[in-house]
Amino acid sequence: MSKGLQDIARELLEKGEVQVVVGWGAVKADPDRTRPILVTDPDEVGELVWNPRCVNNLAVYLTKAKSDVQALGKAAIVAKGCDVKAITGLIQEMQFSRDDLVIIGVACKGVVSDGSLWQGELTEENRDLKCRFCDVRTPRTYDHLVGEEVPPVDAEDDWKDVRELEEKTPRERWDYWQEQFERCIRCYACRQACPFCYCTRCIADKTLPRWIESGQHPRANLAWNIIRAMHLAGRCVECGECERVCPVGIPLNLLNRELAKEVAVEYGYRAGYDSEAPPPFATYREEDDQSFIR
Amino acid sequence: MTTADSQSSEQEQRREGAVGPEGWEPKIVAFVCNWCTYAGADLAGTSRLQYQPNVRIIKLPCTGRIDPVFIVRAYEGGADGVLVSGCHPGDCHYSSGNYHARRRFALFRKLMEFVGVDLDRLQFSWVSAAEGAKWVDVINDVTNRVRALGPFTEYQALSRWWKEVPDEQAIEQRA
Repeated sequence: MSKGLQDIARELLEKGEVQVVVGWGAVKADPDRTRPILVTDPDEVGELVWNPRCVNNLAVYLTKAKSDVQALGKAAIVAKGCDVKAITGLIQEMQFSRDDLVIIGVACKGVVSDGSLWQGELTEENRDLKCRFCDVRTPRTYDHLVGEEVPPVDAEDDWKDVRELEEKTPRERWDYWQEQFERCIRCYACRQACPFCYCTRCIADKTLPRWIESGQHPRANLAWNIIRAMHLAGRCVECGECERVCPVGIPLNLLNRELAKEVAVEYGYRAGYDSEAPPPFATYREEDDQSFIR
Repeated sequence: MTTADSQSSEQEQRREGAVGPEGWEPKIVAFVCNWCTYAGADLAGTSRLQYQPNVRIIKLPCTGRIDPVFIVRAYEGGADGVLVSGCHPGDCHYSSGNYHARRRFALFRKLMEFVGVDLDRLQFSWVSAAEGAKWVDVINDVTNRVRALGPFTEYQALSRWWKEVPDEQAIEQRA
């Protein structure tokens, strides 16, 4: 599969259609892993790989937060269906237009969060959790497709993970999240890996006023994690990168999915499917639910 | 209007069912919009309506200007409950600020509920400039509900950034 990808990338670079290809490459020191790479030379397309270890969401390299990539010129990006959802969201938020980008879509049957889990065969056990209900195994939009089209998973999102926690008592939920947030070391890896955290100046870094305390203690950690989730409400495409990169294993995608569920239930909206749709928090309906307001 | 007599008997009743420590009074922070609720609260005052004095009002231009981070800051600062109040739908001075706020807070309260905050500590109301009496009812009700819950000790305990260190005896026993 990597071969087809390399041919497409070489042609794009040789014809000068793009100046850089953002893709995954092998890690020499650890064959179980892949890493994001930028290819600018047609002779180096052999570096590009595509397999279930290619878990990174590369859409993050298209934003203004990674302006050094933007400076290289027009980009082609290798993207799974879920990554294309992030790209769709970024186009919707007018970070760039569809014409500024060549999408090399890859047909995907699932990825593994830890590369060592995949040794040639993808099973229910080693497949990443985010792939359970995947309806974008073939990307919804692309310029070139690597591999044969794959039908979506025959199951609808049941929000089981979110509902399990919702059924607990408030006290249990509080204790659960405190146990999680207590470990947060405020490294902001979740923010750096997120395609939608593209603010040039994050609220967590603002000091006048200092809205979110910078210290690594329970009160500050709760504030950061709440506000991070809130800033992604209605935007997050649940790619799960925040959770994957978290060095202390906080289930951040669970928080994101709670909000995604509410947006889906309340406003019938799922992020990442339609770049023309108005973002749910940039619009309103007069008949929106207000049963919680007295 | 509440008479002085009925007010004092109400207060006694509250003391009986009180959860917090002796002498504890709930701290309520109310984020209100300049054009409706603040004027409504003003009307309550000029009409000499009595209500519980537990609320600290913070006036903002519009409910659309109220960022969820303000609410987090209020809890961090020791608030036991938060009220957000603004213009009724259709009455916003800026046409649509309250509609946007409505969506935002519908989500934010779900998030707070998900992390384990009792939603009696995070309440919302529409109070117009003509609704001084409604403001009184809202504040009394919010205060009573928070009073029933007691101080927000879970959140306030987060401010203690150190961990409990076992005392010398416990260390000796372990050794």
